[in-house]
Amino acid sequence: MSGHSTYVPKSAFGRWFESRLPIMGLIHSSFVVFPNPRNLNYLWTFGGILAFMLVAQIITGVTLAMHYTPHADLAFASVEHIMRDVNYGWLLRYLHANGASMFFVAVYVHIFRGLYYGSYKAPREILWILGVIIFLLMMATAFMGYVLPWGQMSYWGATVITNLFSAFPVVGESIVTFLWGGYSVANPTLNRFFSLHYLMPFMIAGVVILHVWALHVPGSNNPTGVEKKTEKDTLPFHPYFTVKDALALVCFIMLYMWFVFYTPNFLGHADNYIEANPAVTPAHIVPEWYFLPFYAILRAIPDKLMGVLAMFGSIAILAFLPWLDTSKVRSGTYRPVFRVFFWLFAVNAVLLGWLGAKPAEGLYVVASRLSTAYYFGYFVILFILGYVEKPLKLPASIAESVLGKQGSANAMAASAAAAPNTKG
Amino acid sequence: MATTAPEPTRRDFLFIATGAVGAVGIASAIWPFVSQMAPDAATIAAGAPVDFDLTPVAEGQIVKLFWRGKLIFVRHRTAEEIKAAETADVGSMRDPQPDSARVKAGKSPWLVVYGNCTHLGCVPLGNEGAFKGWFCPCHGSVFDTSGRIRQGPAPTNLPIPPYEFVSDTKIRIG
Amino acid sequence: MNLKTIRTLAFAASMALGGQAFAAGATVIPPQNEWSFSGPFGRFDQTQLQRGFKVYKEVCAACHSMSLVSFRNLSQPGGPGFSEGQIKALAETYQVKDGPNDAGDMFERPGRAADRMPAPFPNKQTAAAANGGAYPPDLSVIAKARTYERGFPTFVFDMGTLFQEQGVDYLVALLTGYKDTPPAGVEVPAGKYYNEYYPGHIISMPQPISDGSVEYPKTADGRPQAPETALQYAKDVAAFLMWAAEPHMQARKELGFKTLAFLLLFAGLLYFTKKKIWSRVEGHHGPAF
Repeated sequence: MSGHSTYVPKSAFGRWFESRLPIMGLIHSSFVVFPNPRNLNYLWTFGGILAFMLVAQIITGVTLAMHYTPHADLAFASVEHIMRDVNYGWLLRYLHANGASMFFVAVYVHIFRGLYYGSYKAPREILWILGVIIFLLMMATAFMGYVLPWGQMSYWGATVITNLFSAFPVVGESIVTFLWGGYSVANPTLNRFFSLHYLMPFMIAGVVILHVWALHVPGSNNPTGVEKKTEKDTLPFHPYFTVKDALALVCFIMLYMWFVFYTPNFLGHADNYIEANPAVTPAHIVPEWYFLPFYAILRAIPDKLMGVLAMFGSIAILAFLPWLDTSKVRSGTYRPVFRVFFWLFAVNAVLLGWLGAKPAEGLYVVASRLSTAYYFGYFVILFILGYVEKPLKLPASIAESVLGKQGSANAMAASAAAAPNTKG
Repeated sequence: MATTAPEPTRRDFLFIATGAVGAVGIASAIWPFVSQMAPDAATIAAGAPVDFDLTPVAEGQIVKLFWRGKLIFVRHRTAEEIKAAETADVGSMRDPQPDSARVKAGKSPWLVVYGNCTHLGCVPLGNEGAFKGWFCPCHGSVFDTSGRIRQGPAPTNLPIPPYEFVSDTKIRIG
Repeated sequence: MNLKTIRTLAFAASMALGGQAFAAGATVIPPQNEWSFSGPFGRFDQTQLQRGFKVYKEVCAACHSMSLVSFRNLSQPGGPGFSEGQIKALAETYQVKDGPNDAGDMFERPGRAADRMPAPFPNKQTAAAANGGAYPPDLSVIAKARTYERGFPTFVFDMGTLFQEQGVDYLVALLTGYKDTPPAGVEVPAGKYYNEYYPGHIISMPQPISDGSVEYPKTADGRPQAPETALQYAKDVAAFLMWAAEPHMQARKELGFKTLAFLLLFAGLLYFTKKKIWSRVEGHHGPAF
């Protein structure tokens, strides 16, 4: 995906194949010799972690689908059948359920890394927007997946979220009936959610390919936000970043496995172990933790339609971020004022999550409104900040930021001799 | 970039160890995904023996029943059918088996066989074909009144499920 | 109810979340118990599960089904550890509905190990009608279906301490939390009971167990295996219900230890591999991060 490939197959068959389908060259140029900024920190390993999580979710999901029954009368029991009778069924289900949460943990780190280092700025706007689309698809997939066990939270979550669409004037009611395939959340709803839940990960995979493609045009941003200029600013993807990504991935998997094996229901809801009952709403209904900040925004607005619009808007606004942030400097490292607002934004996001789990009453409502105001205000602040903030001095190059001025000069002299991997 | 150490060789122990451990990890992680395809605990447990009452089965009749989800024929053979089965030339058969090996001793009227053709699993039609045993409409296998393959592509006789007579009129399959 | 009403109700439910305030205000935090199965190396106590099953069978099973549990589960590894013979004999004491037979009739036959445990009532409506309008919930996953709010910051620490016994603690508290005389000012309707730990306190289930109501197996010296007290019954049946809700817990924790130990080793090797590879690059001799 990085254009010209220097890959030369070693065998005669390899040359024969490569001249017909140059896929090895594509892989070689994208993930072997691809020049990455040498100063990437561990926050840049989350792209690889996310790719792993997508594959893990698809594999566990496909195997679960071999045992699951998408029917309102049978779904709950079929999930318990997986937990009790299927060989390693309990493992597959806990991997998949906790995997969804871990996927969101990783995607939030990935998003906030982009926000801090200005990875959304030119020439990476399309890359960023594709990321927002992936995020939206992930949310839809996760929501539909949570409906499938057909527990109380599944049922009432589906009811509440589909009812968001009823807020739209005139067409709202019809849209909701259409989504349900009936006059309430019922078997047709469950059935179509299963179908779509199976489909959407492959749509995500498709957009991920575009995301990586768009990434490989300018290459990765880096902690300085200064573009790579010469070879000494970079290191080949393999082995430097493959091994670094692998180390980060294994550490991340340890966290994942901690939940899967030792506290697999921590991130779920007890109420979802009660079979769906359209006659009783659980006392305390909340979405999964990764939706809580958006749920808080929804509830902070006293008007139904405005609440729904604010919630959708809170995600949509991310797509406009490349033009809302007017600063020419990418990395937050060199933007002292921005940094303060960024960290406030991060803390505010966690606060919104906490408020999303609290009852909508008293001080919680006030706090939710203030928090929501700051969430949107952040983008206004970014717009103004670009004109008024005085950034710190940027390093002349990535190499200089790593090695200092003198080291950078030495490295330049040595660079021709050392890059065996890029010389093919 | 500047090199401060020689390029590693294939013999580098650390790299080999890391790679080997990683390979073991991937191999172990695959196992649950393979294992989940095998019959689950409920399916295995559901294979409990079933009792079948022979009284309502008239002479010449073939009754179908299921055990572990598999089709079974219970055939109440006529004297003529028994005679045909017992006198057939075993030596010329594809899967030679005397009729006595296919029924319980002293219970020669009762033939109990699995009901799927040993070729590719279709259900053969009873009292059809050259030997008036079974004829499989899918690919033309012909079985005699002892369920033995006599013509056509099927490689073996219709297998006998595990069963026993719990009384003169009742069998227990499984 | 028409579409609009349902939708309004559902939306009200989503907006209200007041339920939590209700629950938080009305729920008394149950006391914590010692459980043999807590923590990363926790294991079920077989004799406790067997006693718990006895309590379930003799007391709870009169009204509560356990429809997701089969007799065979009682002999599988990591459970109460009954022998297959015991299970066969136990299953045969139940009559299970089967059919239809060739005549088209449903019939009853003795249970088999593969059968689910038969429910005391044929359907939810009968169960509710026989119990003053309140359906006695199925107990198969009840230990995972009940919880209480741990609150901030305790719930954050729970990720590390692995505390996850809210369900069983609540069950013990509920079973022993009946009060004959409710606090002043609380009106208990006829056919209902006051329970300190039930959300809202007014519960339809009468006090199911009291000291001495179940006879426990005797040890060699003729004394019961465990004290025949309501508290002990409650703990034993809660442990049994935890096993029923999570029958592979032991296998899970054992595999978890192996997996994490393996990953730790692998991460260590990768750390040194990464260090070694990056040591070729100038300017990267410092800390790994």
